[in-house]
Amino acid sequence: MITVDNVSKSFTLHNQAAATIPVMVGASLQVKAGECVALVGQSGSGKSTLMRMIYGNYLTAGGRIMVGDLDVAVAAPRDILALRRYTLGYVSQFLRVVPRVPTVEVVAEPLLATGTDRSAAIARAEVLLDNLNIPERLWSLSPTTFSGGEQQRVNIARGFAHNYPALLLDEPTASLDGVNREVVMSMIEEAKARGASIVGIFHDEAARDRVCDREIDVTGFTPRAAI
Amino acid sequence: MNPLLNVTGVSKSYGDRIGCKDVSFDLYPGEVMGIVGESGSGKSTLLSCLAGHLGPDTGAVNFDTRIAGMRDTITMSEPERRMLSRTDWAFVHQHARDGLRMNVSAGGNVGERLMAVGARHYGEIREQAIDWLSRVEINADRVDDRPSAFSGGMQQRLQIARNLVTGPRLVFMDEPTGGLDVSVQARLLDLLRGLVREMNLSAIIVTHDLAVVRLLADRLMVMKDGHVVETGLTDQVLDDPQHGYTQLLVSSVLQV
Amino acid sequence: MTDYNFAYLDEQTKRMIRRAILKGLAIPGYQVPFASREMPMPYGWGTGGVQVSAAVLTPDDTFKVIDQGADDTTNAVSIRRFFEKTAGVAVTEATVDASVIQTRHRIPEQELRSDQILVYQVPIPEPLRFLEPSEVETRKMHSLEEYGLMHVKLYEDISQHGAIATAYAYPVKVEGRYVMDPSPIPKFDNPKLNMAGIQLFGAGREQRIYAVPPYTDVVSLDFDDYPFEASKADHACDLCGAEDSYLDELIVDDAGGRMFMCSDTDYCAGRRKAGCIGAQGIPYQEDVA
Repeated sequence: MITVDNVSKSFTLHNQAAATIPVMVGASLQVKAGECVALVGQSGSGKSTLMRMIYGNYLTAGGRIMVGDLDVAVAAPRDILALRRYTLGYVSQFLRVVPRVPTVEVVAEPLLATGTDRSAAIARAEVLLDNLNIPERLWSLSPTTFSGGEQQRVNIARGFAHNYPALLLDEPTASLDGVNREVVMSMIEEAKARGASIVGIFHDEAARDRVCDREIDVTGFTPRAAI
Repeated sequence: MNPLLNVTGVSKSYGDRIGCKDVSFDLYPGEVMGIVGESGSGKSTLLSCLAGHLGPDTGAVNFDTRIAGMRDTITMSEPERRMLSRTDWAFVHQHARDGLRMNVSAGGNVGERLMAVGARHYGEIREQAIDWLSRVEINADRVDDRPSAFSGGMQQRLQIARNLVTGPRLVFMDEPTGGLDVSVQARLLDLLRGLVREMNLSAIIVTHDLAVVRLLADRLMVMKDGHVVETGLTDQVLDDPQHGYTQLLVSSVLQV
Repeated sequence: MTDYNFAYLDEQTKRMIRRAILKGLAIPGYQVPFASREMPMPYGWGTGGVQVSAAVLTPDDTFKVIDQGADDTTNAVSIRRFFEKTAGVAVTEATVDASVIQTRHRIPEQELRSDQILVYQVPIPEPLRFLEPSEVETRKMHSLEEYGLMHVKLYEDISQHGAIATAYAYPVKVEGRYVMDPSPIPKFDNPKLNMAGIQLFGAGREQRIYAVPPYTDVVSLDFDDYPFEASKADHACDLCGAEDSYLDELIVDDAGGRMFMCSDTDYCAGRRKAGCIGAQGIPYQEDVA
């Protein structure tokens, strides 16, 4: 489902004497349907960068990133938008939403975007929020004022609202208590069971060992010159 | 799927000064594109050329018309273009008073486009006007008030209702949240996002506010000195800017 | 006779005005610009109408002037005398005898014939003016037939008053094309705009002439659910008893006593001459008229 093939990336800082910083070379990995692969490596080694490149959030300098039939490295914006809408989900560490929008709408939005009937989308959002122990009285409020843990759970609910065939998870269990961590773990296991390909970053080793089939150390993709 | 709007090589100069230079892009149905850049970057000139308010020196602005398919709106006759701008296009001005008739009631403002395309039943026009007022969160009991009695945010929402009542397919917006309080801005952004999705609108939003485009736009075009310096997915351009100017623009935003 | 050229204006000017009139007749309802001349009367007293009359009068014509239907007001009398003096034409107060009738704010009750010309005095020829101040824009709206704005005005009327409150200068569409201001005639007169006579409109200050040729279709704008109504005071003329004519209301004493009477003085006098009598009327006498 997800194939990363000999991918490289560098940043050029035009406002700092046009310094070019290579951050990744020869990155390759493959994730099959129903498989969960963990990206590991010390902080700054490029785990998030690689994940953002798969999502199309960062441009790719060289190589191929196939998600389904689409090469994200060279795809047109609207093809990436369609990919994100139907195929590729992303749970980031940060919740970015329009202020004032009720939590239940935030969670239902990915479903509405795929054309799901409004009442069905809201119902699904409510189930997810309930499972993740967001108190019902908060559903009609905007999540912008929620605590870090609550925001994280809203983000997860949103990311799992639509059954994406491919998922990117950036620290999904950070800042969660034991109960909610367990909920998220089982959600990931369910996604695997229905055949989703997952790439994740987990600092939580226990979580990683439980849901991930393989680990890929991105330190191996770090350019020699940068070490 | 065919693009709704296909822009090729649009240039406009004011004497020696470049307004915008050689701009090309496609916009697909349901897509929202942001155009960012600082004052004088040519983004407003470009918007005027696209919306038919200004004739470009060169280039074509092809629009997928309902009747005749792709037509160059620059070379089509003025009656045709004005008809498009009443039916398939909408233009939301930065200052509501440029886009509203201030001496006509809210209902009359919303109803004007309906009457312009031939609606002749008062009761139905009024019903639609009230429906649209509620969709932009203006109380039905304000339908006979003039916009001069409205707050800035309400005026802007009224302008949007007036524009969308005929079910356009392409909306041009010039700094739609400029000059509004931050809380009012948020409400307007929320409203616009909902309308864009419900009506499958395509939109081109000119703004200098990067937060606005991050929340509203699928794609981004960055302009400097009349030239397009960078295009791409909105979050990609903002998070991994390639051009020096975009990097400067992104790094200059004050963090809250 | 007189030291003035026939009908005051010089022949070149009259030819210029006739060209504008012919163009107006060729494009019913379209406002033709013309080089309005200074006339020996103030703007607002009918300088546009007078110039049109001067251009169409011939020595054989019989001329009548009415002001709000009356032949005997200052404005009507002075214009009638003006052409008596400068053109030497015959004048009349009888609608049926006149070949050219200049009018301010009324159409005679007596139906006009195809050999008669009605000349209107027009203060503001542009029907879109109150909503769109830009002349450039209103001209464009006319040329592109963008008349939605006209209905906005009627919409505003209904939303504020519960009915179309526009009672005079009620906008019409001429021959399915141009929207026209029929001058400030009461909307009661609007149906009469469909007539056998030639109708010419002159706006002196605004320098516009427009026209409605005989038997032209003139439709008053309205909404499907608020149709046009040619309304008048719900009363009969107190002098002649007419129930079908447009009425003026007159306060007759300090106690608020009032009477209604025909605004068209010739029509009223004609009926009384024929023996009709209203609630407060007295039998017709030649010298009292």
